[in-house]
Amino acid sequence: MANLPANPSITPELIAKHGLSPEEYEKVLSILGREPSFEELGVFSVMWSEHCSYKNSRPELRKFPTTGPSVLVKAGEENAGVIDIGDGWAVAFKIESHNHPSAVEPFQGAATGVGGIIRDIFTMGARPVFLMDSLRFGSIKGDSEQAKTNRRLFAGVVAGIAHYGNCIGLPTVAGEVYFDDSYNGNPLVNAFCLGILRHEQIARGAAEGIGNPVFYVGAETGRDGLAGAAFASRELTEESKADRPAVQVGDPFREKLLLEACLELLATDCVAGIQDMGAAGLTCSTCETASRGGTGVEIDIQLVPQRAKGQTPYEVLLSESQERMLVIVKKGQEATVKEIFEKWDLPYAEIGKVTDDGMMRVRNGNDVVVNVPARSLADDGPLYSREAAPFTPPAPLDLATVPQTDPLKALPQLLSHPSIASKRWVWRQYDHMVRTGTAVLPGSDAAVFIVREANKILAAATDCNAIYCKLDPSVGSRIAVAECARNLACSGAVPIGVTDNLNFGNPHKPENFYQLRAAVEGISEGCRAFNVPVTGGNVSLYNESPAGAIDPTPTISMVGRIDEVAHITTQAFKQAGDQIFLIGEIGSELGASHYLLAIHGRKEGAPPALVFDKEIAIHHALLGLIRKGFVRSAHDCSEGGLAVTIAESCFGTNFGATVDLGDTQQRPDVVLFNETQGRIVISVSPSDKAAVEAELSKSGVPFRAIGAVTAQADLSITTGASVFAWPVAMLNETFEGAIPSLMES
Amino acid sequence: MKAVVTVMPKPAILDPAGVAAGRAMEHLGLKGVRSVRIGKSIEIEVDGADEKQLHEICHDLLSNPVVEDYKLEILS
Amino acid sequence: MATISKAPTAIKVAVIQFPGSNCDTDCQAALASFPGVTAEIVWHKETSLAGYDAIVLPGGFSYGDYLRCGSIARFSPIMGAVRNAASTGVLVLGICNGFQILCEAGLLPGTLMRNRDLLFRCETLHLRVENNESPFTSVLHQGQVLEIPIAHGEGSYFADAETLKALNENNQVLVRYCDASGNVSAAANPNGSLENIAGICSHGRNVFGLMPHPERVCEPILGGTDGRGIFKSMIEWMATHKSNN
Repeated sequence: MANLPANPSITPELIAKHGLSPEEYEKVLSILGREPSFEELGVFSVMWSEHCSYKNSRPELRKFPTTGPSVLVKAGEENAGVIDIGDGWAVAFKIESHNHPSAVEPFQGAATGVGGIIRDIFTMGARPVFLMDSLRFGSIKGDSEQAKTNRRLFAGVVAGIAHYGNCIGLPTVAGEVYFDDSYNGNPLVNAFCLGILRHEQIARGAAEGIGNPVFYVGAETGRDGLAGAAFASRELTEESKADRPAVQVGDPFREKLLLEACLELLATDCVAGIQDMGAAGLTCSTCETASRGGTGVEIDIQLVPQRAKGQTPYEVLLSESQERMLVIVKKGQEATVKEIFEKWDLPYAEIGKVTDDGMMRVRNGNDVVVNVPARSLADDGPLYSREAAPFTPPAPLDLATVPQTDPLKALPQLLSHPSIASKRWVWRQYDHMVRTGTAVLPGSDAAVFIVREANKILAAATDCNAIYCKLDPSVGSRIAVAECARNLACSGAVPIGVTDNLNFGNPHKPENFYQLRAAVEGISEGCRAFNVPVTGGNVSLYNESPAGAIDPTPTISMVGRIDEVAHITTQAFKQAGDQIFLIGEIGSELGASHYLLAIHGRKEGAPPALVFDKEIAIHHALLGLIRKGFVRSAHDCSEGGLAVTIAESCFGTNFGATVDLGDTQQRPDVVLFNETQGRIVISVSPSDKAAVEAELSKSGVPFRAIGAVTAQADLSITTGASVFAWPVAMLNETFEGAIPSLMES
Repeated sequence: MKAVVTVMPKPAILDPAGVAAGRAMEHLGLKGVRSVRIGKSIEIEVDGADEKQLHEICHDLLSNPVVEDYKLEILS
Repeated sequence: MATISKAPTAIKVAVIQFPGSNCDTDCQAALASFPGVTAEIVWHKETSLAGYDAIVLPGGFSYGDYLRCGSIARFSPIMGAVRNAASTGVLVLGICNGFQILCEAGLLPGTLMRNRDLLFRCETLHLRVENNESPFTSVLHQGQVLEIPIAHGEGSYFADAETLKALNENNQVLVRYCDASGNVSAAANPNGSLENIAGICSHGRNVFGLMPHPERVCEPILGGTDGRGIFKSMIEWMATHKSNN
């Protein structure tokens, strides 16, 4: 086969524009034994891009622990990993990014990110049941052009997630939002979805069964996502530029129909394989299903439903139009597909068949425009081991260089920092109650969701303190895993699996690549320590602008299980008179803290230490107390330290707290705001105080009784000879009002 | 000055609302629906503005240039 | 002589499923939590609702809320049967998007518009029961304050002055937004609805539409059970009317 006469000729400039290095092009030539066609060049370019092939990160990702007795589908096998949760039920979950599109068009970028992750879950045969998101933006304070842009991005992203999630009927139950100037120009939008299924419902994305028909189902293909592709049309004129949208537009209604139709289809026995069309659309789904099946797939572009006129095969193959699936149907069962897709009013077409020659072959009517071994596209792409720069961990913070500040002022200031402040402005825009399963609403440490059909209680949290990761990626990534587990423990849950979203800068720069490597290794260590597998995830690189790269942000999402309704625990104090305990040390580490950043404007110092054994012992001790029915509330210490933790436990109640931390011989600001790890604040009934002390003593973890919940709504903290007190109402107003006052002016 | 601004999704952009309305029209018996695209009409009455200013407002505020085109018609 | 007692016949409720309905299974689960009640999902393309004692139009985003909320769903084939059932006195409950569809279909007066502050809003708030002389509020008492969540972007009730006057005179406003103490205040109005109207019934009192979601507060684990009163009222009414047949 040859390059069709109407196509551009394959020149070095064209190859370079397609992002293929000369060495990669040589590899293409040796695979094909000839020059590629224009369409084949496009196909290799997209499948071997970093986004699709993970060529710069795959050697590192192999370090993740991905196996275990509960793993039914492991990371990398399919679109999402699947974990057993007992009684024949399982969960499929994953997190994915849509960072660069959100910088261009925040609403649609975020919306289509949510759409994409939802498809990855139902393509596994699971019914999606809830969403989470992790968002990062530059500072939203002030009147600079950058701050205005950041507010616009923040509002647009939240509105986009709300639009898609609410319309498709999935509750967004948890998440995090951080604001830091390292994200200027590079917002991060990481979207998580979890779905539920029976073991026997697991669907695979493999083209099985020679001769089986290949169906295209879902929205018509347009020129979405092609603006960046070189020479997308044969005539590159101003007119054709206008024809290529810079963004994909999501249609959550269409995806709701697609979701219901696919689940209905999968419940019949007519599907041999199913795969969603995400990045690299039709190309990716075609070669990946063929590669997994050890078969070939042949399709005809002219049979693909299209919404624009005159699209070339190149355009149809590379289009990133949303809400489309590829379904391999068992021969003879085509009528079932048609019936279901007509019921749900969705476009569909039989576009090809499964072959036995291992090739991805694309026809344009009588012409063959692509004929490439599927494996070479999907699995045998180039892999690179980038150079990692040597790293010197930062010195511990020299406290002598940090002036003492008055905690009376510092606490409200910390609570009003948008990264710490209430995110109610965000989650009030999300329907977090649809599907009537959300037992713990947003605003607590972890979301708790009851899956009615399986009679199981799930918990989920997402965490990453990027300041820690910036200062020491190895420690920061270990802490991200530990913090997620700690949040789950506070809700009464035991971790069962992890998905990660690695957000970094340009991997060709050795200092960035070190961050990626260290993060993967830190996450792996953490997962092994907590005995949870990584089920899959996403890598987003090149998050940088001329000003520099983003702080390394390896977002961790962790899913846990709670055995009984009675174990579900939340962070708010429940009754005046309840006794407050601190499990863990008072702590002293101010390095890399939000106190240092928000009050003193410094991002420096070694992050707090993390010792897994100690951390795990504390979680076990807490879970032991929860299972015995002793714990009225539990909240973990993170950004802002103990003072923020105790204040947050008062919010949303009519209570205050009186707390005495004893004489630690430390400065008050260090005691109140340090971010030493492995600390949880709990409250218990006065009648259980002695029993709790006995249990904690037996467990061997450090702890101390620090005070009581009070009917009077004041927060009072004593440290050494100093007493600090605030009206809870004032702190609460500051906490709740911070983001609305910045966004609603 | 009276003006009407019409904001439409760009031709190549997917318009989900238009697609849904088009299908509903077919179900209501209208045959041969080829395309439906939904936009907004914004009627403005303003003292002392000039056309150049209005174009800026159209570009910066009334439309999202990433996904929408606008047409400004000065009536009087 | 032995008397043979007849077992009570089960109450059958139809929950209509439109393309884009999201709260259909939630409604089904809430209804099924009452003894003696069977709730079935009915696809919008069906044309008969014979045998059903009540009909629920659930929340969601039918047809994506495109064009106007409920504007396309009102033309679904099932709506003919809904209209007939309503005219014969069968209970019809429209929740959130269901309320929007009933208004678009003319089965209830007025319309629901975009929230005043232009944002989607999901939160639990308070409703005051304005009138308990209806099949939907009979087990509740006048002035009772219920905690029920909302989740909508277009929930601002509007009707012209004449219609509002008639609604008030005929006691057709069944629930209004209020604060925790039952004060119907501007501060307690989440979306700009005229007169804090959260739900109204038809002149014949057998069709009820409300924006809040009672099906979301029927179990203690989900935060409350104040939604049960509305369903309980309906069930008692249906049980009485069934045994009269």
